[in-house]
Amino acid sequence: MDAAVRPVAPLLVVAGTAFLLLVLDLLPPRGTKRHLGVVALAGVVAALLVTVVLWGREARAFSGMVVLDGFALFFDVVICYAAALVLLLSMDYCGRHGIESGEYYVLVLFSTLGMMLMAHAADLILIFLALELMSLSLYVLAGFFRWRLTGGESAMKYFLLGAFASGFFVYGVALIYGATGSTALERIAAAAGARPPGPLLVVGLGLLLVGFGFKISSVPFHMWAPDVYEGAPTSVAALIATGSKAAGFAALLRVLLSTFKVVQPDWTALLWGVAVLTMTVGNVVAIAQSNVKRMLAYSSVAHVGYVLVGVVAGGALGAGGVLFYLLVYTFTTVGAFGVILLLERGRQEAVNLDDYGGLAESHPVLALVLALFLLSLTGMPPTAGFAGKFYLFGAAVRSGYIWLAVIAVLNSAVAAYYYLRVIVYMYMRDREGVPTGAVPSFAGRLALGIALWGVLQLGVMPAPVLNLAQAAVAPLLR
Amino acid sequence: MVPEAYYTGLSAVLFAIGVVGVLVRRNPLVIFMSIELMLNAANLALVAFGSGLATAEAQVLVFFVMTVAAAEVAVGLAIIVAIFRLRRRLSVDDLSLMRW
Repeated sequence: MDAAVRPVAPLLVVAGTAFLLLVLDLLPPRGTKRHLGVVALAGVVAALLVTVVLWGREARAFSGMVVLDGFALFFDVVICYAAALVLLLSMDYCGRHGIESGEYYVLVLFSTLGMMLMAHAADLILIFLALELMSLSLYVLAGFFRWRLTGGESAMKYFLLGAFASGFFVYGVALIYGATGSTALERIAAAAGARPPGPLLVVGLGLLLVGFGFKISSVPFHMWAPDVYEGAPTSVAALIATGSKAAGFAALLRVLLSTFKVVQPDWTALLWGVAVLTMTVGNVVAIAQSNVKRMLAYSSVAHVGYVLVGVVAGGALGAGGVLFYLLVYTFTTVGAFGVILLLERGRQEAVNLDDYGGLAESHPVLALVLALFLLSLTGMPPTAGFAGKFYLFGAAVRSGYIWLAVIAVLNSAVAAYYYLRVIVYMYMRDREGVPTGAVPSFAGRLALGIALWGVLQLGVMPAPVLNLAQAAVAPLLR
Repeated sequence: MVPEAYYTGLSAVLFAIGVVGVLVRRNPLVIFMSIELMLNAANLALVAFGSGLATAEAQVLVFFVMTVAAAEVAVGLAIIVAIFRLRRRLSVDDLSLMRW
């Protein structure tokens, strides 16, 4: 492989597959688009394999705009897993709901490409472009149910708030450029370290954080999340909840840890408050939800708060914990959305809490799988959610943020209420009215199997992956 | 020659107008125009800083921002048209099927 393109090899595989799909879409067979999903999945799996082959290498390309390091590769793995599971879940789901088309798979791949590029970007220009590539693809995907009012509403809200956030982001980039004379992260770090930070730099970073805050849906920029998750196809909601958040954290961590070390006390204090607010608001509002997709949306907001605890803690323990948690969260959340996606009641998706009454009796396996995912979200051993939270909160305690850890643990206890409520419905209530049925889908069950394997494997033996995560953040902390 | 600070001051004013426009207007098209104003305020700031620092980076970034803005228009107008076809009326106050 040529040294010049090696740093972007996994990205090239995804991009190439996306372009191949655009051509294949025009060729027969016309009736079904299922084969396009298989090709897209093959592309993502190939990208995952390339990532594994590249593991341990470090390189730069395109005048230092793109980097290849352990950090980027770890996020490539997280994002490829998210995309692969979402594609598996999409195959039957799209056909069933009449949104199966070539564009769907192409857009999933382009948004995946944008996410991976965000993890590889070492220049604010490129971070912005990658962010937009990801977001623009997701805006369209969110509105795929275009004949439903909720579909259009979801896309519109996501688009308007996302574009608004991009405006803040670009203005932040402009101010940072004005303060330091560069958009390359390395040169910004050097220029910012040379003299005490001026108002231009601090305001610029603040605007940048607003932009990131929208993308990772931290409070007070979280309002779009529940509406978008509810109105978007469930498979797309899973992608937005996992891949786009992982990508947002990838760029956020790289910018904060490697570039803005000079003002670390300032952004740590700010993120401390944001983390507490995000956890608390997410969990408290989630209690009031009767729609399971909205509940998962608020729960995802709360999980962003937990991850921010790790960002505040910093260091190899905190940042490594963030990477580990994002991988755990990806498996768990895609799994939970996957079970919802496979359940149907009276030709409608089973999204209401009532639809889950007595599910353990009619579909014992699916109910058990969903229960395990929910327990992982709660943070119960032996699931991966426990290990992830343990390392995140442990890192906060080691760094001296005792109160933050206490608040986070209390929040986890609050969260147990609404996760366990679903389990109570499935195991202790009787079903009422039309029974909830499971859709036969081999691909969907395969995705659930992989997600479940991830949740249990990372829960029982977290150490190897955690070591990889801590090694991956080392280049940022130098 | 006009000092650089005038341009950056103007860009800050434009950005503020854009933000206020997004927050107070009710028509999605006008909100979208306000967002474009925010992006162009950033462009103006970039060009002003770039001419002061005499590097090409800012000018390059401006081209990228303009391209992205064009892509956003394409996607955004498509979404707005799709909603208009269903509703025959355009106000963000109607987008209230889902809340809380």
